[in-house]
Amino acid sequence: MLGFMIQRLLQALVVMLVISALVFIGVYAVGNPIDVLISPDATQQIREEAIRAYGLDQPLWKQYLDFLARLLRGDFGRSFIYNMPVLDLIASRIPATLELTLVAVLGATLLGVPLGMYAGYRPDSVMAKVIMTVSIFGFSVPTFWIGLVLIFTFAVQLGWLPAGNRGETAMLFGVEWSLLTANGWMHLLLPALNLSLFKFAMMVRLARAGTRETMLSDTVRFARAAGESEFTILRRHVLRLIAIPIVTVFGLEFGSTMAFAVVTETIFSWPGVGKLIIDSISSLDRPVMVAYLMLVAFFFIVINLLVDLSYAALDPRMRTRRAA
Amino acid sequence: MSPLLEVRDLKTYFATRSGPLKAVDGVSFSLEEGEIIGLVGESGSGKSVTGFSLLGLIDPPGRIAGGSVKLMGRELVGLPPAELRRIRGREIAMVFQDPSATLNPVLTIGMQMRLALEAHERVGEAAARERSAAVLTRVGIPDAARRLDAHPHQFSGGMRQRVAIAIALLNRPRLIICDEPTTALDVSIQAQILTEMRSLAEESRTAMIWISHDLATVSSIASRLLVMYAGRIIEEGPVTAVLRQPRHPYTAGLLASLPARAEPGTDLAQIPGSTPSLFDLPPGCAFQPRCSYRTAACAVLPELAPAGTGRSHRCHHPLGEMPA
Repeated sequence: MLGFMIQRLLQALVVMLVISALVFIGVYAVGNPIDVLISPDATQQIREEAIRAYGLDQPLWKQYLDFLARLLRGDFGRSFIYNMPVLDLIASRIPATLELTLVAVLGATLLGVPLGMYAGYRPDSVMAKVIMTVSIFGFSVPTFWIGLVLIFTFAVQLGWLPAGNRGETAMLFGVEWSLLTANGWMHLLLPALNLSLFKFAMMVRLARAGTRETMLSDTVRFARAAGESEFTILRRHVLRLIAIPIVTVFGLEFGSTMAFAVVTETIFSWPGVGKLIIDSISSLDRPVMVAYLMLVAFFFIVINLLVDLSYAALDPRMRTRRAA
Repeated sequence: MSPLLEVRDLKTYFATRSGPLKAVDGVSFSLEEGEIIGLVGESGSGKSVTGFSLLGLIDPPGRIAGGSVKLMGRELVGLPPAELRRIRGREIAMVFQDPSATLNPVLTIGMQMRLALEAHERVGEAAARERSAAVLTRVGIPDAARRLDAHPHQFSGGMRQRVAIAIALLNRPRLIICDEPTTALDVSIQAQILTEMRSLAEESRTAMIWISHDLATVSSIASRLLVMYAGRIIEEGPVTAVLRQPRHPYTAGLLASLPARAEPGTDLAQIPGSTPSLFDLPPGCAFQPRCSYRTAACAVLPELAPAGTGRSHRCHHPLGEMPA
């Protein structure tokens, strides 16, 4: 186990280094931020001072090495636009995205897996057909369109829910959470629903396919021959047997939603990191872009590690193999 | 006194595009308390389907099309699923061929045994462990109390099948259906398990139906033999009598093809032709196209006719005494 962790840690370091180089070059190629930063009618002297102040006069490799050196001290630089440390800026936006992601992915899983299992257990029932139709809808209709329809229906026509922005928040562990207030939930509901539809569809498909296959297995036959009820079989045997692909997708979806809830956050003007990255790209706020993308990479590494560890918890056969 | 199990004219059909497939077509037999009978036949002869039919474990498109299965005088055919579930495991249990497929790989042995116990009664965790360990010890698993926390992959093939047998024994059923439980095991372990199963059955007065294609295995455990061909029983009688003096040409052919009976260095005897498709059985006796004793009379299906000393056969031209 220790060997496994060390191996993963080294892998992670290499990945982070490669990502940092790629991101740095990529962002450099996007455009020169100086045109955005200072007014076009500034004097040549002011312009050159600004370029020097931001270190933009240095060759690319020098800029990159400087960046790495600062990184080692935990300094991601300051945002050009907000003029505050990038890490603080991102940290202030993460809770909003985190709670949105949490509600969307958890909701999709907790609803999608049981419904998918039902659809796999009784594939010919009317209910199963309804579930599968909804899931096709969730797969095929673009997020932005659903978002607009949701706003139009629930905010504009019915007036039940707010059309955007984060609602009231409450403090917990020094962070603002809208999950803790009723008003916060009202604001959260539509964007979370918007985000979760695709994930819901995916979970339904996965659970259905797994259940259909597992129900035909000898394990299920044997449990039936022992007189176990269908509900026990589904909950204790089938759910455990189909858990691995579900956990994998859960992890990946969690990561990609955290990182790229951009469309939904933009439509619902949700002040999360997705909105931050879009804004920083349009304003060429390099330090934010670089730090953000590296954070995303780091995030995925952590999630993959957690998913791998959960495999061992879910399937004892993997535990022994690794110990061997 | 009525027999433990009485099967009359059992018919299990599978709906297919080209009409019903008669996997079991009018099977009748009975079984006394503590008796072990062998159900022999080639693959596709309907022996396993007969076993599953007794438990009501026929999945669509299959169904029990007719006949009666009485357990201690109680009719099982047509019982509602919930009632059948209560009989499975507690009155009639089943052991399957491949223990690595039947045991759930992701649950501990203890958990699987507990689920089988809880299917029929409320048991506390401690009580469940105690009873499970006791049964595991009975089937010859050393250090049973500790092994409850192990997973199936931590056992050898033979031990795994013992665990499956222990699960079948857990609720003290009156009848255990054994569907080729030793086929997947090494020969030396086969013999061990056969011996142990027989003494377990004697101890607890449990009856057994031992399903196999392997005449040698069956004859070492069963006292009575049923030979199936194309969904029907074609010969029945005490094991020794049937082996020494088969009456049906098919049984005789099966016996002649046993390697143990062949002269070393000679070719094995074969039954000419191949197992017929259940879709186009000839009218009358299903074996006649492969039978060297065939006459015009064979176009009419012979009855399973009693022929003294507990024997019966379904043949117009039964074989007489074979030269010793």
